[in-house]
Amino acid sequence: MMEPAELAERLGAHFSDVQVARGEAAVIVQPEELHASLEYLRADSDIELDFLSDLSATDWPGSVPRFWLAYQLYSIRLGHRLRVKVGLTEEEARIATVTGLYPTADWLEREVFDFFGVVFDGHPDLRRILMPDDWEGHPLRKDYALGGTGTHYRGGAFIPPVDQRGM
Amino acid sequence: MADQPFPVETAGTMPREPYEGLHEETMVINMGPQHPSTHGVLRLVLELDGETVVDCRPVVGYLHTGIEKNAEWRSWQQGVAYVTRMDYLSPFHNEMAYCIAVERLLGIEVPERARVIRVMLSELNRVASHLVWLATTSLELGAISVMLYGFREREQILDILEMVTGLRMNHAYMRIGGLVMDLPDGAEDLIRAYLKQMPGRIREYENLLSSNPIWLERTRDVGYVSPDDLLALGATGPILRAAGVAYDVRTASPYGGYDTYDFDVPVREEGDCYARFEVRIGEMRESLRIVEQCLSRLEPGPVKIEDPKLRFPGDLKVGPDGIGNSEEYVKHIMEESMEALINHFKLVTQGFLVPPGEVYQPVESPRGELGYYVVSDGGTRPYRVRVRDPSFVNLQSLPLMVRGRLVADTVACIASVDPVMGGVDR
Repeated sequence: MMEPAELAERLGAHFSDVQVARGEAAVIVQPEELHASLEYLRADSDIELDFLSDLSATDWPGSVPRFWLAYQLYSIRLGHRLRVKVGLTEEEARIATVTGLYPTADWLEREVFDFFGVVFDGHPDLRRILMPDDWEGHPLRKDYALGGTGTHYRGGAFIPPVDQRGM
Repeated sequence: MADQPFPVETAGTMPREPYEGLHEETMVINMGPQHPSTHGVLRLVLELDGETVVDCRPVVGYLHTGIEKNAEWRSWQQGVAYVTRMDYLSPFHNEMAYCIAVERLLGIEVPERARVIRVMLSELNRVASHLVWLATTSLELGAISVMLYGFREREQILDILEMVTGLRMNHAYMRIGGLVMDLPDGAEDLIRAYLKQMPGRIREYENLLSSNPIWLERTRDVGYVSPDDLLALGATGPILRAAGVAYDVRTASPYGGYDTYDFDVPVREEGDCYARFEVRIGEMRESLRIVEQCLSRLEPGPVKIEDPKLRFPGDLKVGPDGIGNSEEYVKHIMEESMEALINHFKLVTQGFLVPPGEVYQPVESPRGELGYYVVSDGGTRPYRVRVRDPSFVNLQSLPLMVRGRLVADTVACIASVDPVMGGVDR
């Protein structure tokens, strides 16, 4: 198993932005480079990151880029982990799908689309996955309030969003 | 894993091979979300040709409760009470992953006794979860006596957990920086007694099932998926290990001190429902081995970090009502020390600050790799708590298991994936 620092050093030759923090290595790539980067990370026999553990996003409204996607990779044979991060601007909140490389990204990308509204170009079946199909808005965006939606309970009780409850 | 492009296409869109069935017309039916064999509210849209499944699309989200969003609005410490409700059959694994992730952001280490108790409870929890799996699966496949036995032994674990934490499920017992309180008197004896009787009980399950012709018929060669396909679809846990890949987070990326325990990772090659049964039975034995080592390592000592700026305030003692404050502590903050009261008040209402950063902390839950991607912006609340739930990802491999098989096999396949919808939908 390669230590994060060792992995980062090796990746430094290929990536311009490699970081090590809290025992984890991460690389930051441009959206258009993502596919080629993941292909390289899988194909290189010393790195061989062949397993996509997780794909998720964070929302930072007001900063550029607004959305950060985090691809958590793992090497089944070599046992090291790497996070690949991609920043997306609010206007261009779209990126090419990686379902061709990692079929597990199918549901993970649908979830990011559902909760953040990031569009994955070329995804075979990009629909909402956890929220109802006719839901409006993307709940995990920071400008989407917690609460404040109507309910079907006893004639439609309405509870104001959490930031308007005066707590 | 060498060939490219991938042999599998994504679960929802796999092009169908021409199916040479009896009829040309197929029928689409819904199995679930209200169906006793779908383990909660899983809905499967099945396309059937007679009794044969031509295609299957899982539909999830009926139990979505927005826990990840809720966690962003609570203090770091309160997050424990939210995450423990996700995968309700493995609450301790959720708590442990979340706590370790936040502790890594804070850069703190918990005391040794707390580490050992965390591992011990997680492994007891794994046994309880596998017992629920065994019980429900055997009910669905017609072995009703095993259902009764499984729930009986699981109940004993829940009794232990109730004695220790005050609750049977959703414990919120682990806290950032340790545990909320120490083990009560008598808990160790109860666990020892359980360890003594359990190996015999596991043998009993095997006697009842492994040479039972109906059980074999229903599980052998059913639900096979190749290891390459499972890895491509991100499946982890007993499904993957039953197909010959020895990936277990406890050994692959050790956490919480697992590298110091002596245990094996059961692996089978067949990749069918029967192999998954064997793997889970083996894991129960290994978990009991770990619990035994934990008991021998338990030394008296603190179960919370000392730092008063982070340490969970209060001194809880299980009283006759299940849980409660110790009178001495209440006296201390109410009558003796105003500073202690201020500190208590600040930590409970506002919480502590966590330095900005991000970590991805995987743990091995009974269903596979449970990953917590926790991001802090330096505030008193999490900026993002993302949970990679193994049930959610594992369900993607279900269509591959059931295509071309009978409807009855679908039940065995769902059971062998062991999805917990509280974790899938979060």
